[in-house]
Amino acid sequence: MMIRPSEGLEIDGFALGACLHKGGFATIWKVTHPDHAQAMVMKVPTILDGYDAPTIVGFEVEQMILPRLSGPYVPKLIAVGDFRVMPYVVTEEIEGNSLLALFDAAPLPLSELIETAARMTEAVHELHKQHVVHLDLKPANFLQRPTGEMVCIDFGLSRHDQLPDLLDEEFTIPMGTFPYIAPEQYLRQRDDLRSDIFALGAIIYEGATGKMPFGKPERLRAVRKRLWRDPVPPRAIDPRIPEWLQEIILRALEVDPARRYQSAAQMLFDLQHPSQVRLTERGRKMKQDGALAVWRRWRAMRKLRGFAPPAGMSAQISKAPVMMVAVDLSPEMEGLSLLLLLQVKRMLSSQPDARVACVNVIKTARIGIDPTTTEDGDHLHVSRLIALRAWAQDLDLPDERLTFTILEHSNPAQAIVEHAAKNQMDHIVMGARSHSASRRYLGSVSSQVVAESSCSVTVIRLPAVAAAEAA
Amino acid sequence: MRIAILTDIHANREAFEAVLSDVAARKLDRIICLGDIVGYGPDPVWCVERVMRLVDEGAFCIKGNHDSAVGRSDEHLNVTALRAINWTRPLLSEDHKTFLAGLPMRHEEGELLCVHASANDPADWIYVTNESSAMGSFRVSEARVILVGHRHVPALYSCDMGGRVKGQRVVAGMAMPLIRSRRWLGVVGSVGQPRDGVAQANYAILDLAQNELSFRRVPYDVQRTVGKLRAAGLPESLAMRLNWGT
Repeated sequence: MMIRPSEGLEIDGFALGACLHKGGFATIWKVTHPDHAQAMVMKVPTILDGYDAPTIVGFEVEQMILPRLSGPYVPKLIAVGDFRVMPYVVTEEIEGNSLLALFDAAPLPLSELIETAARMTEAVHELHKQHVVHLDLKPANFLQRPTGEMVCIDFGLSRHDQLPDLLDEEFTIPMGTFPYIAPEQYLRQRDDLRSDIFALGAIIYEGATGKMPFGKPERLRAVRKRLWRDPVPPRAIDPRIPEWLQEIILRALEVDPARRYQSAAQMLFDLQHPSQVRLTERGRKMKQDGALAVWRRWRAMRKLRGFAPPAGMSAQISKAPVMMVAVDLSPEMEGLSLLLLLQVKRMLSSQPDARVACVNVIKTARIGIDPTTTEDGDHLHVSRLIALRAWAQDLDLPDERLTFTILEHSNPAQAIVEHAAKNQMDHIVMGARSHSASRRYLGSVSSQVVAESSCSVTVIRLPAVAAAEAA
Repeated sequence: MRIAILTDIHANREAFEAVLSDVAARKLDRIICLGDIVGYGPDPVWCVERVMRLVDEGAFCIKGNHDSAVGRSDEHLNVTALRAINWTRPLLSEDHKTFLAGLPMRHEEGELLCVHASANDPADWIYVTNESSAMGSFRVSEARVILVGHRHVPALYSCDMGGRVKGQRVVAGMAMPLIRSRRWLGVVGSVGQPRDGVAQANYAILDLAQNELSFRRVPYDVQRTVGKLRAAGLPESLAMRLNWGT
């Protein structure tokens, strides 16, 4: 016999407090338990009498996926209830509201929007790395921790790369929140992480303009229109929105997943480096496409059954990594930087969608004048940037896949490690100077990076003979 | 509590040893064997004795159709299987035969039910190959998790609260959550004669604490077993099966 939740109910040691939220599919309750000191909430699906498939399957999906997720970007799972008594999941309570209230006040101030967008994108990339496509991203499904991290909630429509897709077996209609769902979700493709990129684009569009890119369709047929009808460019609504931001939004909202960002990490990189976003027609356009272009797209799309299927999730991520190359530009390291270039070229041939972030570190004095505040410092910064660009010329990569950053730090290794972490780099490639006694005792930059970095590191070294010749 | 589920060892010593060392390396708590220790393979004596020792140490083993055929001639077996059993019979001692004949047909503990072929008619050795053949086991049993072997190909079925049975995609090596809103039927792949297209020994791990089932594959020295099969004069088709894992 099933129990219904109510304030004061006690189940498996959990005491139900106030009801925090009453939604269409579930209720959320504050709960306490003698064995758990932290603040917790219990989500109980509202199962209608009889067999209520959509609610039950969504809840089953969440029960399968939540235990496999970890880290600050998801709520910590505490307990799962027995379906025959009362189905529930208990998770930690995330203080603070969902982004729903914030987005209800859209358009948002630009700096706040960009910060929020970057945090959301960061959280989504973390999910993707853990093999999960969320497939129902919207402001209501993001909560922000007091420490700033965005937490994704509600995995009832999600898909785990290595688990059966209960939803796909059960339903023949597309699922998701209509204003945000990607065209391929309309076509019932549920295995593409780029669907989440689309939703992020729609959310950022909403935050920038106060409007939904495709309105608020209530019927499924109306969702289909996004296959050929492009949204009003954000700058046509508010010309103060910068071109680079429109470029990011409209790229994320591309109809064909192959034309979007190929990973959330790549989108995050652009959000964090506005000056390096390569502008195209997308960023500059001030009105929707004309009737003829839309008609052509309608002709092409109306019979479309699906887009080219993506490679598996992990393959999708590993195919489109952000690779950070730390280049030492000092004259005595010319041989090494050439070797580094060859190595990066080799890696690019096997990872055709990779982006390369070239980084050079200016070592500053531990105590002293910040060199950028002086004219000399400015000059140094610019000349390093020019040298870095020249080094990368041979990579033959289009601008949009190449970025350049000059860091300044008293500890170059720390600068590299921090930069890689902040930008969710997947791989660091760098050179190591040859052996020397002092290096052995004082430690080299590369060994510190290898020891402290959380991503993979490839260290290139000149063969001993060549190194001796170079010296 | 993590239980290693082994089935259809089929007198393949190399595969059995490889699985046992994987079980030891993973520090699994217990072993349950779903039957068919003998038949097809060249090492029936060694395998029966190893299982007898495991049972002495606390493992549980139930009876498969090949085990049953050792002691009685009315079990229906195909021609190849029959040749192999006729080859096996004289090698086994009375002790071995008594042990095989005394194995139980089913094993139940907590919410778990183990049978060799199917729960609906264990002695009929029905193959669970699809959703409708899985349905029978769910109908006759209340068990939340049913584990069977016999088919030599790993598969997983769920039965939801509405009684609908669904086959689930199985990824070797990945843990499948046995969510509590459904009942589950796991078909465990064969240790000694895999037929899922990969020439590696199969077994499964049931994790009762995490409530997960994972199917595992363990590589073993196939050529050594094949060499013994041929030396014993067993049918060549059995050697080919091991080579291809089909």
